Amino acid sequence: MGVEGIGARVARKEDKRFLTGKGRYTDDMVVPGMKYAVFVRSPHAHATIRSIDATSAKSMPGVIDVLDGKQLLADGIGNLICGWMIHSKDGSPMRMGAWRPLAHETVRYVGDAVAIVVADSVAQARDAAEAVVVDYETLPVVTDTLQALSEGEPQIHPEAPGNLIFDWELGDAGAADQAIAAAAHVTELKIINNRLSPNAMEPRATLGIYDAGDDHFTCYTTSQNPHLARLVMSAFYNVAPENKLRVIAPDVGGGFGSKIFIYPEEIVCLWASKRTGVPVKWTADRTEAFLTDAHGRDHVSTVKMAFDSNNRITALKVDTIANLGAYMSLFSSCVPTYLYATLLSGQYAIPAIHANVRTVYTNTAPVDAYRGAGRPEATYLLERTIETAARELGVSPAELRRINFIRTFPHQTPVIMNYDAGDYEASLKGAMEAADWDGFAARKAEAERRGMKRGIGMSCYIEACGLAPSAAVGSLGAGVGLWESAEVRVNAVGTIEVMTGSHSHGQGHETTFAQVVAERFGVPIDSVNIVHGDTDKVQMGMGTYGSRSGAVGMSAVFKALDKVEAKAKKIAAHLMEADEGDIVIEDGALKVAGTDRSVPWSQVALASYTAHNLPPGMEPGLKEGAFYDPSNFTFPAGCYICEVEVDPETGQTKIVQFVAADDFGNIINPLIVEGQVHGGLAQGIGQALLEGVHYDQSGQLLTASYMDYAMPRADDLPSFTVTTSNTPCPSNPLGVKGCGEAGAIGSPPALINAITDAIGNNELTMPATPQKVWAAVHSAH
Amino acid sequence: MYETIYHRASSVAEAANLMGTAAEGKYLSGGMTLIPTMKQRLAAPSDLVDLRHIAEMKGIAVDGRSVRIGAATTHEEVATSAALASVCPAICGLASHIGDPHVRHMGTIGGSIANNDPAADYPAAMLALDAVIVTDRREVKAEDFFTGLFETALEDGEIVTAVRFEAPAKAAYQKFPNPASRYAMTGVFVVRRADGGVRVAVTGAGSDGVFRHRDLEAALAANWSPGAVTNVKVDDSDLLSDIHASAAYRANLVKVMTKRAVAAA
Ligand SMILES: Cc1cc2nc3c(=O)[nH]c(=O)nc-3n(C[C@H](O)[C@H](O)[C@H](O)COP(=O)(O)OP(=O)(O)OC[C@H]3O[C@@H](n4cnc5c(N)ncnc54)[C@H](O)[C@@H]3O)c2cc1C
Repeated sequence: MGVEGIGARVARKEDKRFLTGKGRYTDDMVVPGMKYAVFVRSPHAHATIRSIDATSAKSMPGVIDVLDGKQLLADGIGNLICGWMIHSKDGSPMRMGAWRPLAHETVRYVGDAVAIVVADSVAQARDAAEAVVVDYETLPVVTDTLQALSEGEPQIHPEAPGNLIFDWELGDAGAADQAIAAAAHVTELKIINNRLSPNAMEPRATLGIYDAGDDHFTCYTTSQNPHLARLVMSAFYNVAPENKLRVIAPDVGGGFGSKIFIYPEEIVCLWASKRTGVPVKWTADRTEAFLTDAHGRDHVSTVKMAFDSNNRITALKVDTIANLGAYMSLFSSCVPTYLYATLLSGQYAIPAIHANVRTVYTNTAPVDAYRGAGRPEATYLLERTIETAARELGVSPAELRRINFIRTFPHQTPVIMNYDAGDYEASLKGAMEAADWDGFAARKAEAERRGMKRGIGMSCYIEACGLAPSAAVGSLGAGVGLWESAEVRVNAVGTIEVMTGSHSHGQGHETTFAQVVAERFGVPIDSVNIVHGDTDKVQMGMGTYGSRSGAVGMSAVFKALDKVEAKAKKIAAHLMEADEGDIVIEDGALKVAGTDRSVPWSQVALASYTAHNLPPGMEPGLKEGAFYDPSNFTFPAGCYICEVEVDPETGQTKIVQFVAADDFGNIINPLIVEGQVHGGLAQGIGQALLEGVHYDQSGQLLTASYMDYAMPRADDLPSFTVTTSNTPCPSNPLGVKGCGEAGAIGSPPALINAITDAIGNNELTMPATPQKVWAAVHSAH
Repeated sequence: MYETIYHRASSVAEAANLMGTAAEGKYLSGGMTLIPTMKQRLAAPSDLVDLRHIAEMKGIAVDGRSVRIGAATTHEEVATSAALASVCPAICGLASHIGDPHVRHMGTIGGSIANNDPAADYPAAMLALDAVIVTDRREVKAEDFFTGLFETALEDGEIVTAVRFEAPAKAAYQKFPNPASRYAMTGVFVVRRADGGVRVAVTGAGSDGVFRHRDLEAALAANWSPGAVTNVKVDDSDLLSDIHASAAYRANLVKVMTKRAVAAA
């Protein structure tokens, strides 16, 4: 390892820009003639639109135009799509209702976009938006996940009778039922996974620029995957063909999944730019973010876990209803299915698993992938259930897990996944040691003397990330392949530019990707630039989500580096009249092994461009590209232990320690990995302790600001103890696994297990607010 | 935010004059409540009359046990006043837990009590301390000043210029913050005077805003100890119930915060 190579604890290159306010975000973009957009949004959760009258709004100061959905439809702009086809168990395709970028017939949730106002200033656009008269006829509303399927509830989309989108299953129901019938013990639980608002620090924004001279569009947008945005806008929304549409996602201030999807606003701003002849910029305010960013989670499940007399799990049966909100967002269908049920084996050898998943429409914001996407739901369900089982069986939670750990790899689960490597015992042991598990009883006794209830809980998570083998996801219904591309351009002076289809919005790619290059050629990371986020600069890519940038994006870079290295070695061998096979790269130079002959890296680069003396037949230049399609998912896993003290008088929970022992395979930059874990833990703890979206009966969002939506703050969190014990991933050349989501996946059950242990009552839902914990303490007696 | 005209007053009289000539004016102190409300377009004053630069409305004066705090004094100044801490540290502690450092450096005691948010901290202190609210027209006892949710005895154009109170023998404030807003989900300010008189004022919990809890006061007057609270019944029928806390839970918090305040006093 060089000082800046793989494994080095290098400070993030991009932080100077971010910390000094020099980042360049979509809202920072200013182009000549640019105007501002404000959307008219539905104040009702469900209503028919009788008419839209923008006459007086159009005559207000500064207003350029007010456009609605009829005009959009007339111009041939298509409906939004869901990009993953799921079939119900009866073979019928999912029932997708129409999602118009601007609703002109029916609105289905509070915040549904109805019209766009373009004006000289945001204030003028707002004034005019208030003056647009929309005549609504309100309809009955349903927001609750379970209630949506009940008889007599309002019908949200004509395409989906009874609000059922699909009724899907995975696994062998007969085998699971049989094992449950024959079991020595069955643990049953109802599990609710709360609905979350993603809350990226930077709200969504977009700038649509139509150039009439070239009949060309440019879209600046807050996207995690600009190429996918371009593909979808070209192929499905009919905005413009790909060669006439450039999408740029510059610095993006956090995504957490919510910026994967294509939303109405970017399509409408591009279209409005063409209609009005001016560039159109829109930036969400925080209320709009709460109302319209795709939410996360929202599952209601029942689970049965069966054990034999040796406490070995014999079966798992799960029934889940997932709320997808008012419309099917881009990847909404795969989250509660292939990203969820496929992880229900956890770290355990379970012979029979069956999961049934029904998804429903409600009059709420669309629900889609949010940090972890499906895997937190699986982990929470499984880890609460096994903890409950341990209590019921009178076995220690660690022991029950140990008895059931998968210990040989590869391991084929009954729910598609083939785990390639892992050592769950090592993480468990590491976490228990770091947490001083054995000293807990004494700590509990001491807390009791202070009147506090102390509890400890664990969670052994596994997740599948590094999304994903293209053929595999294609066979499961994905509309896209999930490979990644890279191009490595060595300049004539030896500096290097790497084009990647991955997108960095907080992950630190400009540093870690550069470290991979530095490792290879011995150059400082300062001479390596990572270029991403622009469809004109990077040919193609699938973006960043599902903890895929390391395992897939970096692997593509790795492959391109292989090609560059091979060519550089040929050139060096030629220059030194040596055998190509004898060339090694050390300390920034290409050397003939075992001799003192060498040429510096920069000289090889220069030679490739001067082309005065290249091997016969070799093309000039030093630039190579690669596509990398992973052969498997990667399977990060670990053990998290949380210890809490509950104040029985107030129900206040204090986290006194949190230990994360992860297996992330090889680590490129420990500093960044720890940062990712810290952030993930904060989000998972936020879900478990603080966060929850509430709609009232009429579909109004009650948690539409930080006055009511509780985000985790530094003083809600302990100082984390983060350790790793790594098994390299055999499925990619770098041996890396994903680390971006693990914290959010593994932490909620550890925390809830700790609280329920402390209070002696297992009836607790997330977020475990003081009020709920207090009630649970008092109903435990 | 809608368009508005900003005025900076340099005296109370000038401020009152400016307000008199404005179509639909509003006083501006720290702006920590008013400005966000305007940004959300829930308020649209034609004119803003800034009170923060009026010398006679600023500063803390402690004379023996008599305290006077100018209305334009920031939470930070209250939190860090050594003079105040020497006679009534409870109010310094209260101010030090309002919002965050930004809010504390801008927000003022006058703005807070004029606004009378049902979850604000100062109203509980004013009521428990039996404070007098001084305006440009009169003096009003705290008891009569806070009249309901976001409602006060202030008339149109009336300016809070200061608050006055006698520092009690013992006082303490205990706040259970709302996990989201960190305003008081329930906050209790207890006061015990040298003559044994006790006041218990509760904020964040009452469906009609800040209030005194007479039964708790009686119990503590009889026996000033945390244990005296145990057998007092806190009726939850007049308490707030929302997504964060039910009335029953708030009733519990009233007792627990009272008990802890007495222990801390
Ligand atoms: C993030 C955040 C957190 C907060 N947390 C808390 C908290 O934990 N506890 C708490 O108690 N408060 C909290 N607040 C509110 C804060 O204390 C405000 O400062 C206070 O409510 C209003 O004071 P201000 O000086 O900012 O008044 P402004 O916002 O300027 O004015 C508020 C209202 O009072 C009127 N007004 C102002 N001054 C006078 C005067 N002298 N005479 C007559 N009318 C006047 C104004 O016209 C306006 O209607 C928080 C605020 C924020 C933004």
